[in-house]
Amino acid sequence: MKSLAKRKNSLANPKNQIALFNSGVFANGELPIFKQKVSESNQYPLKPNKLEIFQVNLGYMCNQVCAHCHVDAGPDRKEIMTTETMQLCLNKLKESGATTLDLTGGAPEMNPNFRWFVEEASKIGVKDFIVRSNLTILRANKKYYDLPEFFKKHNIHVVSSLPFYKKGKTDKQRGDGVFDASIEALKELNKVGYGITGTGLKLDLVFNPSGAFLPGNQSELEQEFKKALKEDFNISFNHLFAITNLPISRFLEFLVASENYEDYMDELVDAYNPEAVKNVMCKNTISIDWNGNLYDCDFNQQLNLKVATQGTHLSEFDLDALQKRDIVVSQHCYGCTAGAGSSCQGTISD
Amino acid sequence: MQKTYYDPKDLKDFGKISEWDQELGEKFFEYYGKVFEEGALTAREKSLIALAVSHTVQCAYCIDAYTSDGLKRGLEREEMMEAVHVAAAIKSGATLVHGVQMMKKYDKLSM
Ligand code: SF4
Ligand code: SF4
Repeated sequence: MKSLAKRKNSLANPKNQIALFNSGVFANGELPIFKQKVSESNQYPLKPNKLEIFQVNLGYMCNQVCAHCHVDAGPDRKEIMTTETMQLCLNKLKESGATTLDLTGGAPEMNPNFRWFVEEASKIGVKDFIVRSNLTILRANKKYYDLPEFFKKHNIHVVSSLPFYKKGKTDKQRGDGVFDASIEALKELNKVGYGITGTGLKLDLVFNPSGAFLPGNQSELEQEFKKALKEDFNISFNHLFAITNLPISRFLEFLVASENYEDYMDELVDAYNPEAVKNVMCKNTISIDWNGNLYDCDFNQQLNLKVATQGTHLSEFDLDALQKRDIVVSQHCYGCTAGAGSSCQGTISD
Repeated sequence: MQKTYYDPKDLKDFGKISEWDQELGEKFFEYYGKVFEEGALTAREKSLIALAVSHTVQCAYCIDAYTSDGLKRGLEREEMMEAVHVAAAIKSGATLVHGVQMMKKYDKLSM
């Protein structure tokens, strides 16, 4: 499998994804557009709360090509953040007073300047320093084998994706061999203390449904994952985040190709929860792409919907203007507000 | 009048049955919700039972609902298919066991 970009699939162009959101069931009135739904509960326009999280996307290169990937990441993607942009991120992070730094990708570890960035960022002393690791990268090449130790040294909070606690579903979504490599990586992380009570080293897992359905109850899934991983592999972790797949990029390609798009959107709209709107990720996050552009979240980044402020690049970072901005929304946002809601931190309302 | 007896969209309107008899409708949904809560059986086990029973009562709405529910709970296709076979075995067994009645009656009436 290759990225949409490599295959020159029409959905590789974010404009075509947005055109899809503005046509069909959302154009003929069968389903309400997101803006309308949010207006019904007097929450439009969506406004940010205090900025807390800098989510930095270090590039779209990845060792995997997961079928559901919202980034359209893969080995064939060459977009990579430079040290200059990383430095700019750190300067603006300090200036902003944000307390969490969240590194994502692709596989952020594949950025050749990843370690430099982590070391420099550690010096600033953010409260929560997250690295989103796909796990297999930790076993992909010898040069990554020491990463668990490196993470530990910098007190990184590791957030890893594991679609299921059994091989079949995991490999179907993420590729052959992914499950075994992930289990190996989790064992290595446990070995240095990650996910083990009392060490203070946090290891959280992310669960995405492998198909056109919403995730089940987060705490029930967490219990099942904990029990199964412990019994079968003696693996421990802290929390499980159940995250809804947003209908964008390769997951959108799957929805359209499998003729699930309309039913899935219908399910998301049906599960709309006005309470969840209060805690969507864009409320306290700024997302930064490999080039230093600013977005309300990583999903908007992939749709090329930049922040609605005059300056949209790190070099023009204006905290005051950002705090006053309207968040840019479209129909994909229904993925964040369905049921108990979903953000990079999993379920967001009880 | 619609051209088919079943419309998948009707499932979403199930709650509307209360509109014609609020008290009984609400009592039913309260009971239904309670039944599926975690108890001596886990919610996951209850979901599998529901899936199996859906097949024996051949309710298209229930099959739709409990297949989706199973996916959400992380049930695997092997588990779901085994549950359906349990249902099918009981249903065919229930048919076949009446053969004993037939045999006895046949023998009694025959010379
Ligand atoms: S989902 Fe994560 S691991 Fe999979 S291709 Fe996308 S970025 Fe890589
Ligand atoms: S997709 Fe982004 S902008 Fe939309 S609700 Fe979710 S976090 Fe906010």
